[in-house]
Amino acid sequence: MTDRFPDYDVLNKRNTLSWDARTRDVINARLDLPERSDVLTPAQIATLRALADRIVPQPQGRQAVNVVALILEKLAGETSADGYRHAGLPPARDAWKRGLDAIEAEAQERHRARFTDLPPADADALLRAVQSGDVRADWTSLPPRLFWQWRMLPDLVSAYYAHPSAWSAMGFGGPASPRGYVRLAPGRRDPWEPAEAGDQALLSASFRNRRVG
Amino acid sequence: MQAPRATNGRAPDVFLPGGWVPMREYPETEEVDFVIIGTGAGGGTLACKLAEAGFSVVALDAGAYWRPLEDFASDEREQSKLYWTDERIVDGANPIKLGSNNSGKSVGGSTVHFAMVSLRFRPEWFKSRSVLGYGADWPVDWREMWHYYDEVEQALQISGPVSYPWGPARPRYPRRAHPLNAAATHLARGAEALGTEWAETPLATLSSPHGKAHPCVYRGMCVIGCSTNAKQSVLVTWLPRALAAGAEIRDLAMAGRIDTGPDGRATGVHYHREGTWRFQKAKHVVVAGYAIETPRLLLNSACSRFPEGLANSSGLVGRNLMVQLNQAVWGQVDEEIRSYKGPPSLAISEHWNYSDAGKDYHGGWAYMSQGPLPITWATTLAGGRGLWGQPLIDEMALNNHSVGLKMVGEVLPYPHNRVTLADETDQYGLRIPRVTFALGDNEHAMIAHALDFMEASLEATGARDRWRETDDTCHLNGTARMGDDPASSVVNADCRSWDVPNLWICDGSVFPTVGGANPSLTIQALACRTADRIRELARQGAL
Repeated sequence: MTDRFPDYDVLNKRNTLSWDARTRDVINARLDLPERSDVLTPAQIATLRALADRIVPQPQGRQAVNVVALILEKLAGETSADGYRHAGLPPARDAWKRGLDAIEAEAQERHRARFTDLPPADADALLRAVQSGDVRADWTSLPPRLFWQWRMLPDLVSAYYAHPSAWSAMGFGGPASPRGYVRLAPGRRDPWEPAEAGDQALLSASFRNRRVG
Repeated sequence: MQAPRATNGRAPDVFLPGGWVPMREYPETEEVDFVIIGTGAGGGTLACKLAEAGFSVVALDAGAYWRPLEDFASDEREQSKLYWTDERIVDGANPIKLGSNNSGKSVGGSTVHFAMVSLRFRPEWFKSRSVLGYGADWPVDWREMWHYYDEVEQALQISGPVSYPWGPARPRYPRRAHPLNAAATHLARGAEALGTEWAETPLATLSSPHGKAHPCVYRGMCVIGCSTNAKQSVLVTWLPRALAAGAEIRDLAMAGRIDTGPDGRATGVHYHREGTWRFQKAKHVVVAGYAIETPRLLLNSACSRFPEGLANSSGLVGRNLMVQLNQAVWGQVDEEIRSYKGPPSLAISEHWNYSDAGKDYHGGWAYMSQGPLPITWATTLAGGRGLWGQPLIDEMALNNHSVGLKMVGEVLPYPHNRVTLADETDQYGLRIPRVTFALGDNEHAMIAHALDFMEASLEATGARDRWRETDDTCHLNGTARMGDDPASSVVNADCRSWDVPNLWICDGSVFPTVGGANPSLTIQALACRTADRIRELARQGAL
């Protein structure tokens, strides 16, 4: 799909009244977050990177989302818990290790190839099989559908949509404290909000988006 | 946050970055009148009311003591620090998602991140067994509860409509209603089209300045913590009053076990703070940990005299756990909605809380307009529609045109829905809770009706590409129900344990039923009532 919010970058508001100091600190740290190497093996990290590319593809024409770094950071946490864990799953870090190994085993079983080397169509077909539980490799220590629904998908999607590039691409206003918003009614836009291509306004969305600040 | 802030005779001033207010402190060896475990809607409110009544009060909370103006970011991921994210096991036919959804870990409890919806219960719900034929009766009268609702609505300066369409007459809300955002106009127009009433949602966020707090700026991030203090959480309402009245609040203090003496009375609580286990002596212990941590603590306090856990002679501690149904219908409209602006639920219909005509199920439900933030929306689409890859990214880019209606629906109390202890232990060495939950036929019938009705509303206002989110839940109640009979309840009408006379429970755990209304206002009203009863019992020498 073409960019619905051309030239909109939520980071352009970083030094405005929409971003308080705390938010600036948090987002700056996130953008610069390095990938830890102490949580997963290099092979697991490679599988994770390929998996993330299929599940949450990078936005086009915007700074890449560091999904892998965010997942590794979450798994490095002392508890790395969300406040609930399905009884059929091990704790988060264990689940991810087993899941990434099982996805790699699934690729070997089906294609005699590494998951990272699969063409997109084959990778997606493999992932659909995991999603529906129709697996061929050994998943006895990790029910594939539970892993998909309760661990893998929520973790990847939550990491991706924690990044300003993803906010810009979806036309989200982003951080908004203390300025907030004024125009709440349907079809109304504050000047510091994204404009959508093709919204029939007099000035192009691109023109308005370059002036968001 | 690693180190407690409320120490050395001072506590954080929630209204001032870097600020402090004086705080009275009690030695652990002093037997205080009340030690309260938890400072959320139940415990925080009670701490204030008991301190103002002249009792010595120490209130413990496992969470941090935030100053919202300096500590809260406009960011979903960062703000997960407000949630109870310690490990809990969920199972059953419909395992409940906890954490961000319904479990707070902060001084002020879940009210720090609640959606601020402040509803009274329908009067009949307090006698749902004898009047409506299902569930269990509450041991309190609705008129008394409505008196306490008045008090809480004033304390929180609730913003609400000039007149409320449902139920008996109530006083005018203290503050004007907030304006409808675009998402809310769809609820209103849909209700008009279907011939039912709607209203601006009564909300615990200011629509005009009050004290040191500013009015709402419609930032839309209420459920990740209000960074401007417009939200009237327990953290910025009852607790400053509690401190001023002489209560001590201990943050980052995790209760592990309540001790009982040879006479069967509670003697105090073991709690973990700053790396060590400590013990606070008290004449009375109040458990206010919400519907999972409260039964967990009572069960973890089992001893030779009470081998099944404290206050559990009925066997009901941990049983009758009730969530509320939180299913939704979503669709796409031509105009831009941008539902990220303003509090998430600015319009409401309680029609099906107050009308039972034609229902093939027991209980009621409300529905409200919605404003999900990006992570919440993305996980909703991924989980609810199975979207991933480019289809997910593309759907997310339509978010500014999406509009939805979500129910808050009554779940019946079932003894098999319960909290027990798992064998695993947590970072404190305490056994973690196992939360077992399944929906019943009544819930499925209610969901079917609600989804049809909400979809008809969205269809009437032009929403296309409609889809149903069928598996969400919200709120936690039950697990230590109140009642008139020690055989069938854990506490009496005063929220006092039948078994341990100086042990009290003050949170949503005591609800015998949940109705179709968000529980926070009722938890706070019940806490105000409990405080008045304690004061009266003290006057009679009956404590």
